[in-house]
Amino acid sequence: MDLREPIDHRVAGRASLALYLQVRIFSKLGKDHGMSYFEFIAKYGDRILSGTLVSMMLTILAAILAIAIAVAAGLMRMSPNPLVRGIATLYIEIFRGTSLLVQLYWIFFVLPLFGITLEKFTAGFIAVGMNLGAYGSEVVRGAILSVPRGQWEAALALNMSSGKRMLRVILPQALLIMLPPWGNLLIELLKGTALVALIAVADLTFQAKQINATTYLSAQSFGTALIVYYIVARFVITPSMRWLEGYMKRKMGRA
Amino acid sequence: MTTEDLLTFPLALQGDHVPMVSFRQVSKSYGSLTVLDSLDLDVAEGEMVTIIGPSGSGKTTVLRMLMTLETIDGGVIYIDGRPLTHMPKGIGLVAANSRHLRKMRSNIGMCFQHFNLFPHMTALENCMEGPVNVLGLSKKEARERSEQLLAMVGMVDKRHQHPSCLSGGQQQRVAIARALAMRPKVMLFDEVTSALDPEVIGEVTNVIRKLVAEHNLTMLMVTHQMGFAKDISDRVCFFYGGRIEEQGTPEELFGNPKRERTQQFLRAVKEAV
Ligand SMILES: Nc1ncnc2c1ncn2[C@@H]1O[C@H](COP(=O)(O)OP(=O)(O)OP(=O)(O)O)[C@@H](O)[C@H]1O
Ligand SMILES: [Mg+2]
Repeated sequence: MDLREPIDHRVAGRASLALYLQVRIFSKLGKDHGMSYFEFIAKYGDRILSGTLVSMMLTILAAILAIAIAVAAGLMRMSPNPLVRGIATLYIEIFRGTSLLVQLYWIFFVLPLFGITLEKFTAGFIAVGMNLGAYGSEVVRGAILSVPRGQWEAALALNMSSGKRMLRVILPQALLIMLPPWGNLLIELLKGTALVALIAVADLTFQAKQINATTYLSAQSFGTALIVYYIVARFVITPSMRWLEGYMKRKMGRA
Repeated sequence: MTTEDLLTFPLALQGDHVPMVSFRQVSKSYGSLTVLDSLDLDVAEGEMVTIIGPSGSGKTTVLRMLMTLETIDGGVIYIDGRPLTHMPKGIGLVAANSRHLRKMRSNIGMCFQHFNLFPHMTALENCMEGPVNVLGLSKKEARERSEQLLAMVGMVDKRHQHPSCLSGGQQQRVAIARALAMRPKVMLFDEVTSALDPEVIGEVTNVIRKLVAEHNLTMLMVTHQMGFAKDISDRVCFFYGGRIEEQGTPEELFGNPKRERTQQFLRAVKEAV
């Protein structure tokens, strides 16, 4: 049975309902301050938009970094070499065990003391990417371990090298298993990017703060940011991951 | 096992009739459980040997050790006269490194009870995977070889299907073609019909019959199908408690079993049917 169409309708319906409520509530609030929500959007829309684009850029770059780190650290965790395993474990412990904000401050404010100065946008996505990479490595490791043993054995019986076994037999199957948890991680990652506003990267949160500071229209500024984050998470990331999952399932002949 | 013990094993088997497979005093244990106890077993080139025996008697372990899926704790296994589990170094043998294992493993192919086809590849891609990525054949050569084998097992029409779209019997036939595409000298079958519905067992056993009749492969097969074993084996080994309790031609072993335990086992199997 194909459920895709009704779901799309539902998603579209929910998105427009959210927008409608936003307009209704904020126009009412806005009137009290002598500015309708339409006027607010007309005036600050381009700043919200540029902030949104920065947030999405951060998300994309951080996601690429997180995925690369997750695969590397996840594989290292399964290495027979205890040193390699130890390095990965240490990395994961540090980045999962401490706060993302403190990691961000470290990368931006402390690394320059050691001679590594990063531009704030770069520092921002690196911090978020490294943090989520640590969480992602456990997802990668779990997915690899959940590929049935028989698959390893069949690949070995074909005399495949250990690299080819991983690359051609195990990882493609692990990928399908790890897509749903990665969907959640990417949403976490998007939300995590909001912290970079604290080192003055002009992302969505930063723009909302700025608008609020000059207009005192808190409900409109932060409300708009809230809803944009929600829409990106719920109506961009989640459906993309669903699509990817469906695409891969079809490629594996499992649809 | 100490290096001194290993000195008693030859670096290579020589003579007129070097067996294709030779287990020499092979032992295997898991913790305190001894699964195989100083096993000696030779299989000649082109011979079909069937292993039968009660559950837990070590039948699967024998095949898995040959496939190098399991390490051994004592003894040496030779393939075509050359050590598989060990390699010559100086005057004696030492445990094989991964390079030696890879070289020797190319002689052996295996089919599993649960097929273990790669689910993200079509039947044809499953068969081409090894030839292309291990043997280094061109895609064209690998496809020709695979299609030929898929035709032999009667699966060429379904070559573009993924395993999830195939029945158990069909999947097992593809798995046999996949193993054969590597041109092994020795084929191992571990209960390849045990996971199948009764009505499709025949399509798999017929493929194996064809292999026995038309090819000079050396085969080791574990099965619970006594009728099938009787039909196609050159020799049947009855395993009990990690040892060969009795072995002989199918006529001898099924017609006139000498050992008490063999008689008991065969009686129990007959009653179950
Ligand atoms: N990885 C393992 N760890 C511990 N014990 C094991 C392991 N693999 C096998 N065994 C034990 O070794 C013994 C022999 O197992 P094996 O699979 O060779 O038996 P089998 O003759 O193939 O039995 P069956 O007919 O049930 O397949 C069994 O007692 C089993 O429990
Ligand atoms: Mg078994």
